[in-house]
Amino acid sequence: MVGSTPLGGFLLVAALLFSIGLAGALTRRNAILVLIGIELMLNAANLNLIAFWRYGPHPELLTGMMFAIFSIAVAAAEAAVGLGLVISIYRHAHTTDLDLMNRMKG
Amino acid sequence: MSFVFWIFAVLTVAGALAAVLLKNTVHCALALTVAFAGLALLFLDLDAQFAGFAQILVYIGAVAILVVFAILLTRGSETPKDGVFSKNWFVGLVIAAGVFAVFAWAVLASANALPHEMATPAVTVAEIGQALIGRYVLPLEIIALLLTAALIGAVIVAMDEKERAR
Repeated sequence: MVGSTPLGGFLLVAALLFSIGLAGALTRRNAILVLIGIELMLNAANLNLIAFWRYGPHPELLTGMMFAIFSIAVAAAEAAVGLGLVISIYRHAHTTDLDLMNRMKG
Repeated sequence: MSFVFWIFAVLTVAGALAAVLLKNTVHCALALTVAFAGLALLFLDLDAQFAGFAQILVYIGAVAILVVFAILLTRGSETPKDGVFSKNWFVGLVIAAGVFAVFAWAVLASANALPHEMATPAVTVAEIGQALIGRYVLPLEIIALLLTAALIGAVIVAMDEKERAR
């Protein structure tokens, strides 16, 4: 079942996911959508870690999967802090539009 | 390429595309949930059951709900009049396309060197637990500290200023 899918397939899906997330983070105006793009990029990295763990020479050492699990935990912390910041900025500026947040522009 | 892998891959990529392209922010958050579910299925396809279910619990159960809460708290569900994309969206699109081109070239150029078959590791949850409290106990403690600090920090950052002054 798994053996019929080469590693390159998973890597290509991860690359596509990372690029979609990058495009979302760079082109959207809403700060929450930028965070969604960053989450997609983190998930693409997790998919790579698990794919390399599965196809690597020593999967019984669990290295890649542990890395992915810790990465999921760090991403959860990042999402909590990021969304807290968005809510805090919204309270001050009454907008989440990143094009309007130019008060620090020189 | 197995048929199952294609279904999961198409589901994940379609969810991600919808999350990035849709106009209504709430629809974006729901499409993001589909992408997370597709990723969890890909993890299960890779025999990483623990990571797959952790993905469902953490991302679909917590992160997606947090995103929906943030959207509703910031009136982000209203579609802005002058479009949802930034002024210089074209530059971002070109950068993302360039990054994908480099990644795809790297993967396809090394396709022959990549391993195609692997021994099936029978990893049980008990082994993962023993590794977590054995070999990986220090990262586990650091993650615990990080999560505690991040949650307290998020509450303090998002707390109302008047509430904090009291």
